[in-house]
Amino acid sequence: MIPLSWYLVLAAGLFIIGMVAFLIRRNVIMMLISLELMLNAVNIMLIAASHYLQDIRGQILAFFVMAGAAAGVAIGLALLIAAFRNKETAHMDEYTLLKG
Amino acid sequence: MLPEIFFSYFACAILGLALLTVTRRNLVHSVLWMLLLFLHIACLYLFLNAEFLAVIQVIVYAGAILVLFLFLVMLLNLREEHEARRFVHAWQGRVAVCLLILTVVVVSLHKVSVQPTGGYTIDFINQTGHTKVLGTALFNQYVLPFLMTALVLFVPMVAAIVIAMKERKR
Amino acid sequence: MELLLTIGKSVLFVAVVFAVTLLHVAYATYFERKVIGRMQGRIGPVEVGFRGLLQPFADMVKSLFKEDIIPNEADRPLFFLAPVIVVASVMTSLAVIPFFNNGSIANLNVGVLFIFAMASLAVYGIIVAGWSSNSKYAFLGGVRSAAQVISYEIAMGISLAGVFLMAGSLNLSDIVLAQREQPMGMFAVVQVVGFVVFVISAFAETNRTPFDLPEAETELVAGYLTEYSGFRYALFFLAEYISMYIMAALVALCYLGGWALPGFLTRALPFLELVPGIVWFLLKVYAFMFFYFWVRATLPRYRFDQLMAIGWKILIPVAVLNMVITAGVKRWLM
Repeated sequence: MIPLSWYLVLAAGLFIIGMVAFLIRRNVIMMLISLELMLNAVNIMLIAASHYLQDIRGQILAFFVMAGAAAGVAIGLALLIAAFRNKETAHMDEYTLLKG
Repeated sequence: MLPEIFFSYFACAILGLALLTVTRRNLVHSVLWMLLLFLHIACLYLFLNAEFLAVIQVIVYAGAILVLFLFLVMLLNLREEHEARRFVHAWQGRVAVCLLILTVVVVSLHKVSVQPTGGYTIDFINQTGHTKVLGTALFNQYVLPFLMTALVLFVPMVAAIVIAMKERKR
Repeated sequence: MELLLTIGKSVLFVAVVFAVTLLHVAYATYFERKVIGRMQGRIGPVEVGFRGLLQPFADMVKSLFKEDIIPNEADRPLFFLAPVIVVASVMTSLAVIPFFNNGSIANLNVGVLFIFAMASLAVYGIIVAGWSSNSKYAFLGGVRSAAQVISYEIAMGISLAGVFLMAGSLNLSDIVLAQREQPMGMFAVVQVVGFVVFVISAFAETNRTPFDLPEAETELVAGYLTEYSGFRYALFFLAEYISMYIMAALVALCYLGGWALPGFLTRALPFLELVPGIVWFLLKVYAFMFFYFWVRATLPRYRFDQLMAIGWKILIPVAVLNMVITAGVKRWLM
């Protein structure tokens, strides 16, 4: 039997990779992708904990996280399309229209 | 012994694929590495006796979300990433801080162990079928959050259409 | 020893399914050309072998020995990978289809969802093929395919939800067994709305006429296939026909009663029980394949905005309504 802590450490690693990428990549799509990575890390943690606690609540929560992730991506990509129309780029540093 | 070997493979593959995903210059390659990553995560869910969630992982993440990403990358024809700088200016500092957080988390987590407390034993789930167990819980105890999910999905749908719609000429 | 025997049996079964499917695909092309030929007042292939029966093999040899052209500006690894993704994901869904009683390679509890998952992976092959060819026509084909498959997968899943509700299971074998006592021994009668929605989405999902916009030859040369030649082109072709078989098998299993016969028929004519179930299954699958070809010979292609309007404004609302009514009927009237 694999100890629960292995899953937790794996999830932590995946979460940190997503977080680093979110902080250092400046492409909007890449940032959304790293958000997805973080959400997946959370899901791994929830489902593993649910399995080891023999409690279904974690899996229900993971289910809701998936729904939330889908909703978030839809909004994020729509915003990107709107932003792309004004400024022909997906690079975060180029969006400087508010600068005086 | 065998479970440990399988888990080690999947853990290494997941972390490696995640690194590959976030470091590619080409967004299409990045999305495809992420596809492979999601398939591995789905296999990990199978280990955790959550077959329904494993399939849903593939259908929702790989089948819908990633196709959406790929569709957008292609629609906007985002190839300029080749020339633009890949990382922010002083990325080393941010990476160091994140690694520090990782160390703290790993040190605090690596000894965690729990005692099973709930009634959903592995035998019970196998006998009833994972889909049925999950569905029964979802539609009885958690029916209100489930209905709220409908709202959570509906509002972004409307918002996405409104935001992405071209402004009508007056 | 016991374990080795089990593994050996499974491997043998997989090999048999694989080989038989490939043979069926070869003759599906022959069947299609004959059917469409007759419908257009021609006679179809007759030259190679008796009545043209060896034509599929001649085609295969031809495509194997053709020159393999790779565009200079193509993304080579992805260009090579695309046909493999399509074929592999389509072939994997064969694993959960029960060809007769207890006759599936893997009897999954989430069988139908597994087929959905694999179908949604197959679209990556098409998108990647379109993108990696680095050609305008191929690219447009890939984008169209992405939009089309996302849209129709929703309608398809929701229309099948009615069947899941009736059968109370996602396991394909259980769905087949649940149909025995239905009227006519099939869900297609009580779930007729879902059935129609599913059939239309199945055409869109496999990129067949009248929804073959990703490879519309009058607008896009050959769509995502434009830059492919020789063996890789043949792989895409193979995948298209296998996915047609998968969809036909899904229709046969979920709506037409699969390998089982309706209860009233076996009670009236008990000798029919002796016929192996795979005969009925194949009969239903081939009836649906014939329908595929019939539609191709009859209907013109839709425009892309019409395709999207049908998917989002008609099929999805109708499927949702069907699901809600089924759930209501099952909750209060049964």
